[in-house]
Amino acid sequence: MRDLSRMISIAEKRKPLPRVVRARLRHIVCAAVCLLVWLPVILMLAAAFMPEDELLYRYAEPLGAGRETVRAALLPSYPSVKPFLELLFRSPGFYVMFWNSCIQVIPALAGQFLVGAPAAWAFARFPFRGKKPLFFLYVLLMVLPFQVTQVSNYLVLDRLHFLNTHLALILPAVWATFPVFIMTKSFETIPNALLEAAYLDGAGELRAFLHVGLASGYPGIVTALLLGFIDNWNALEQPVAFLKEMSLWPLSLYLPNIAQEKAAVAFAAGIVMMMPPVLLYLNGQSELEQGVAASGVKE
Amino acid sequence: MNDREQTEEEPLRSGNRAGYAGWRRGNRRRQAKGRSWHSRNWRRRKKSGIRRRQARAAWFFLAPSLAGVVVFTAVPFVDVVRRSFLDAMGRTGVGLANYAAVCGNIAFRLAASNTVRFLTVCLPLLMFTSFALALLVFRRDGKGNLYKTTLVLPMVIPVAAMVLVWKIVFCQDGLLNELLNWLVGATQVTKLWDNDWVNSSTAFPILIVTYIWKNAGYDLLLWLAGLASISESLYDAARVDGAGAWERLCYITLPGLSGTFGLVLILSVVNSFRVYREAYLLAGSYPDMSIYMIPHLFSHWFLTLDVQNMCTGSMLLVTAALAIAATAGFARVVFRRLGRSR
Repeated sequence: MRDLSRMISIAEKRKPLPRVVRARLRHIVCAAVCLLVWLPVILMLAAAFMPEDELLYRYAEPLGAGRETVRAALLPSYPSVKPFLELLFRSPGFYVMFWNSCIQVIPALAGQFLVGAPAAWAFARFPFRGKKPLFFLYVLLMVLPFQVTQVSNYLVLDRLHFLNTHLALILPAVWATFPVFIMTKSFETIPNALLEAAYLDGAGELRAFLHVGLASGYPGIVTALLLGFIDNWNALEQPVAFLKEMSLWPLSLYLPNIAQEKAAVAFAAGIVMMMPPVLLYLNGQSELEQGVAASGVKE
Repeated sequence: MNDREQTEEEPLRSGNRAGYAGWRRGNRRRQAKGRSWHSRNWRRRKKSGIRRRQARAAWFFLAPSLAGVVVFTAVPFVDVVRRSFLDAMGRTGVGLANYAAVCGNIAFRLAASNTVRFLTVCLPLLMFTSFALALLVFRRDGKGNLYKTTLVLPMVIPVAAMVLVWKIVFCQDGLLNELLNWLVGATQVTKLWDNDWVNSSTAFPILIVTYIWKNAGYDLLLWLAGLASISESLYDAARVDGAGAWERLCYITLPGLSGTFGLVLILSVVNSFRVYREAYLLAGSYPDMSIYMIPHLFSHWFLTLDVQNMCTGSMLLVTAALAIAATAGFARVVFRRLGRSR
């Protein structure tokens, strides 16, 4: 009886807002926060479609063309496709840099998958001596910033004569330990029963890995590759350290310089550089969520 | 149960014995076939057939990754350790003189203190912001996808592209100054707000804001995953018991997310050193003193190929990281013991 009256008094004390009002409020707040994300993106998109004179009128100072009030706009006053035409048809430098980025990123991703997926499978499912310390080592290497091994990486690459080539960026990226970590966590979520069924059907370890592991751990692999793509597409410290010739520079290094050379195409180049990661993300979004979820769930 | 299993599996074999003898014989056969997880001793056996096969296969699976990691990370790391004890030419040992020099280096002290300051200020803010956003966006019926996509989008946009927008907002005649002037009521002539936000002492908060803008999405996904793993029935039970939203948050959500918290922390620390990219693109190689961090210092040392300083600095960083990891592990053990004793 006492509990009942206590319950009633508690229920009376708290008078939350009606459900509908609460839901509307949530939507308003969410929309406001999302606006914080959308406004810069729309700004960039609008600026990518502005002709050069409007760009200099509006954004002279950010482009480094002298001090003048910034007159930002979410829609161009004189929309024009000229920046893109200028970028895609009259900037050979841009093409070179774009393909440099591609050459440095795509083999690195392929390597990360070929080398990391088996290792992740071993960490996730096989019992072997020294598994825990080895995994701890991998996590430690994942946490360390690039600068810690920068000098010695430089010397190793110099000894192997890979400096000042694309391989100087590809090879260290192939053996990054972060993808192994993500894939391990994802492979750990595969139920035992699935694998035992495979073993019962006569699958060996390799077959179990190829047919069951890769298929079921697909979200983790996609997550690792997507995050690896974003990280390498934006790579800054490695090209600065290991590449001497400007003709080997990737887009992430070239883009900041574009504003000085050709203000007109600066924003258009930014949009073009943004397209691959964004499109990949939109395509792999659900796998990304699953992969990240797998890495976040406690064992 | 073992007897029943044995008779069901080998119903027509001659010599099929019931009872203990039959169990023993079946057990021996099973052990020979390697299916010893059915036997009573399977937990005590060191490795059954499959596990032995897996342990052997493990090294084949690991070999390519391990080889590369050794060549590109472990060997350089050992080399770094070695060089931190040698002199500039790399030949004669100088004991701890390098460490003394680096610890006394003013630039290193500034960079280290700025890095620590950044980590201790930015990481909690980032985790708190992303947690608040996760609570806001989380829907069990899987509907808030537009918000989720939007909030993760900043992580995907390349830094080099975003830097232009940040310059638009934070430059001396940029949007932030315009907004502040408008709020204060200053005219074009009597501008009160004229900072160059990125190149003055306000660089630190600006860097934190841009960093949180960019990285909240990733932590948001982790928190959402953690929230989804707490079962709904706990919340229903709490509601029936009269718990309000705040109580539900404190007594169900937060404890349920304790595992996620650790992982969010680790992954945020991993990502935190990437702030150098934004700092470099926004403020250049020699930024304002408040955001001069360890990566800036290392890149300067690298330009002059100051190998011993870099190696010693790296060793100090690694020792710090190991110390923190050890403390965290120790703290976790202590908390677990405390939890158990209660």
